[in-house]
Amino acid sequence: MSTAEITRAEYCAGACADIFSGAGEIMASPMAPMALIGARVARLSTEPDLLITDGEAFLLSDTPAVGAAGAAEGWMPFSKVFDVIGSGRRHVVMGANQIDRYGNQNLSAFGSHRQPTRQMFGLRGAPGNTLGHATSYWVARHSTRVFVDAVDIVCGVGFDKVDAANPAFDDLNIHRVVTNLGVFDFDGPGRTMRARSLHPGVAAGEVAENTGFQIAGLESAPVTAPPSEEQLRLIREVVDPRSTRDREVKS
Amino acid sequence: MAFRDKTSTLAEAVGELRDGMTIGIGGWGSRRKPMALVRALARSDVKDLTIVTYGGPDLGLLCAAGKVKRAYYGFVSLDSAPFYDPWFAKARTSGAIESREMDEGMLKAGLQAASTRLPFLPVRAGLGSAVFDFWEGELTTVESPYPDTDGRTQTLVAMPALTLDAAFVHLDAADVHGNAGYSGVDPYFDDLYMGSAANRYLEADRILPTDELFAEFGPQRLVLNRMNVDRVVHAPNGAHFTFAGGYGRDEAFQRFYASSAADDEDWAAFRARFLDVDEAVYQEEVTRWHAEQEDQK
Repeated sequence: MSTAEITRAEYCAGACADIFSGAGEIMASPMAPMALIGARVARLSTEPDLLITDGEAFLLSDTPAVGAAGAAEGWMPFSKVFDVIGSGRRHVVMGANQIDRYGNQNLSAFGSHRQPTRQMFGLRGAPGNTLGHATSYWVARHSTRVFVDAVDIVCGVGFDKVDAANPAFDDLNIHRVVTNLGVFDFDGPGRTMRARSLHPGVAAGEVAENTGFQIAGLESAPVTAPPSEEQLRLIREVVDPRSTRDREVKS
Repeated sequence: MAFRDKTSTLAEAVGELRDGMTIGIGGWGSRRKPMALVRALARSDVKDLTIVTYGGPDLGLLCAAGKVKRAYYGFVSLDSAPFYDPWFAKARTSGAIESREMDEGMLKAGLQAASTRLPFLPVRAGLGSAVFDFWEGELTTVESPYPDTDGRTQTLVAMPALTLDAAFVHLDAADVHGNAGYSGVDPYFDDLYMGSAANRYLEADRILPTDELFAEFGPQRLVLNRMNVDRVVHAPNGAHFTFAGGYGRDEAFQRFYASSAADDEDWAAFRARFLDVDEAVYQEEVTRWHAEQEDQK
């Protein structure tokens, strides 16, 4: 299988699987289909101990395809999820309506908090997730609308908000941002966003044009590694045979 | 055995509510919401309410009816497309309501504090985020009296008790005394809402004798016992259009609710047919509406 045959969506799924590398026996909580594909591929390949849920209240012992049912190994109702967040044994992959160079994320509303111009979901679990355990973001359409100079409402907490004297911030860990253009982390100067890799066919200029702030390491970023042959088979035949990934990222 | 019979009508339940009360609403998003009680409240004369909720169309409908002064919530979602509640969005973008938006876990902590008569509980969630902006001075932090092993001290959010004047919940089945169980996968936070409230209102799809309730649901599913329930309302399909144990979410009707909000005339028609009517007529009209949808196919 040559890399030329691997679609952009498949690179994204592989990069979402890589989010969980080394995660061990913790709960993976992907919020969007691409991140969900990634978590399940990770469990079937590199991270067999991951706990995953059916999106409602069951921990799954099977690793079924997207949208399919599977056997359960345990119970994880919302009340217990908050206990897991407190324990730190979780890695969430949230979406972001806005994200800034320090990893602050917004999914609440656009405009002011008193009278927004557009209302979305609200803060949801983002403030607690980010302080509690590893957090990554999946953004299907990398644009200047999403990657902004400053988010309107801070839901997920970014690295510039850390009070080093307060141990309550010690576990803030914005691990990765995976988009349709590349893979990013916050190891840039002053814990700002840095390019880890750009997907094949994506130029540094294209990312810069679609980002409202400077990303470190953009010019020197390598090409995103393809999913392994086994991961590619898992993506195509086991986890996402109906190609929901292509609805998130056009190839 | 002569435990009290607490069965009540929706009108009796809502008749006890007063302007300016703080009301907590159980369920989660568009899941197992006490919609029969919410509809009855929406068509009552009560106003200036403060609502505490993991929000869905419960908060949306109360916003549509102009009942909400202030809302405490972690999110508001319909849980399936179109996801955003249109009436909550209108209330927010027009500045009609005060928002005490917070992290979802903070809401749980606030109910836990209220239900155990603590003034607050410490939580990490909220530090560094916009929660403090939304609370406009009403929220503060607390310093741990115990230093960490490295000598530093944790400063945490002091989540205040969310003490409620009234709570509404919907469970699948109850006895007349207020013992109640659910058949779904998640109890949500209904026990905490009831534990945090002075007046506790339970609606249930079915009313069963106590022994049958216990036999059918077993101890772990009986999330409410009679000491935390004041009134029991028999409301078959009462959680509609959200789901309860015996029925799924009415996705078609939820989309109809959301699309009706986009146009004044459509909403006037929706309101006249489904909201300005009592619960029995509501349920009949929903059945009729589905028959009409079939006919149009």
